[in-house]
Amino acid sequence: MDSITSAASVLAAGLAVGLGAIGPGIGQGTAAGGAVEGIARQPEAEGKIRGTLLLSLAFMEALTIYGLVVALVLLFANPFA
Amino acid sequence: MSPTRRLSDTAYLSQMLPLPLALPLAELEVGQHLYWHLGNLKIHGQVFLSSWVVIGALLALVFVGTRKLERDPRGLQNFLEFLWDYLRDLAREQIGEKAYRDWLPFIGTLFLFIFVSNWGGALLPWKLISLPHGELGAPTADINTTVALALLVSLAYFYAGLSRKGFRYFEYYVEPTPIMVPFKIVEDFTKPLSLSFRLFGNILADELVVAVLAFLVPLVVPLPAMLLGLFTSAIQALIFATLAAYYIGEAVHESHH
Repeated sequence: MDSITSAASVLAAGLAVGLGAIGPGIGQGTAAGGAVEGIARQPEAEGKIRGTLLLSLAFMEALTIYGLVVALVLLFANPFA
Repeated sequence: MSPTRRLSDTAYLSQMLPLPLALPLAELEVGQHLYWHLGNLKIHGQVFLSSWVVIGALLALVFVGTRKLERDPRGLQNFLEFLWDYLRDLAREQIGEKAYRDWLPFIGTLFLFIFVSNWGGALLPWKLISLPHGELGAPTADINTTVALALLVSLAYFYAGLSRKGFRYFEYYVEPTPIMVPFKIVEDFTKPLSLSFRLFGNILADELVVAVLAFLVPLVVPLPAMLLGLFTSAIQALIFATLAAYYIGEAVHESHH
């Protein structure tokens, strides 16, 4: 791998995870806030709200994971190396 | 936890990039491996050793706990019944009243294996046992383990849907409109991808954070990171089991027209 390719790959790997984390971060914050509000209003529904919250957080997290996959491919399985 | 071993761990991090690639998937892991040769296959021995420890611990726990069943559960039997109740509620909530009984053993096994793997990797003093290459740790910090588990989940939900609904299972792809077909097909690939990489990434990140902190400041400072790691790895086991149950539930769900 020549140095310019490895430099670009490292930079792109960082950007892939970093930028990919922004959107899901905001979304997860909104979802968690909504869940806390729901529990505060209706404490007896806590179990159900927590289950739904975990499930939806996992789906949002999947978006960041695609960024992580791109980063790992760039670092360890780089097609341009 | 000798400093030289730690040094070699982090020194490896700096030279990850120039690694030549033999097998694209097998090189994703950080660190070196204890290779066992089985025919033409190269097997990561340290993952096998630690997962056998996990499997043995689970078998021993369940065997001892159910040997003398009593009407009023006490001690270990009580704990196992609590676990069973917890997993049954999880499966019933996601899969539904009709089909959850068939899938409770699968979901429960996934949860217990991942949970005990994650906590065992963090709590057991693996560093006392030194291997010629690589080091022991959580089996779930290896991409091959998590991909295997995720593909099992894929097979399970296809089987669940096809065996319960036959070819009517494919109606799921055109609901609510046929425009959804490409998205639903892509979903079949992204489900195992996100399941495996979520677990792998979280556990590996926990281990790396603790390793780097322990390399910088060996005393006290890594402890909060370790506690956070225990919390997140328990959540990851719960998320993996919940998502597996959710996918199976989605496959067996009967839509009401």
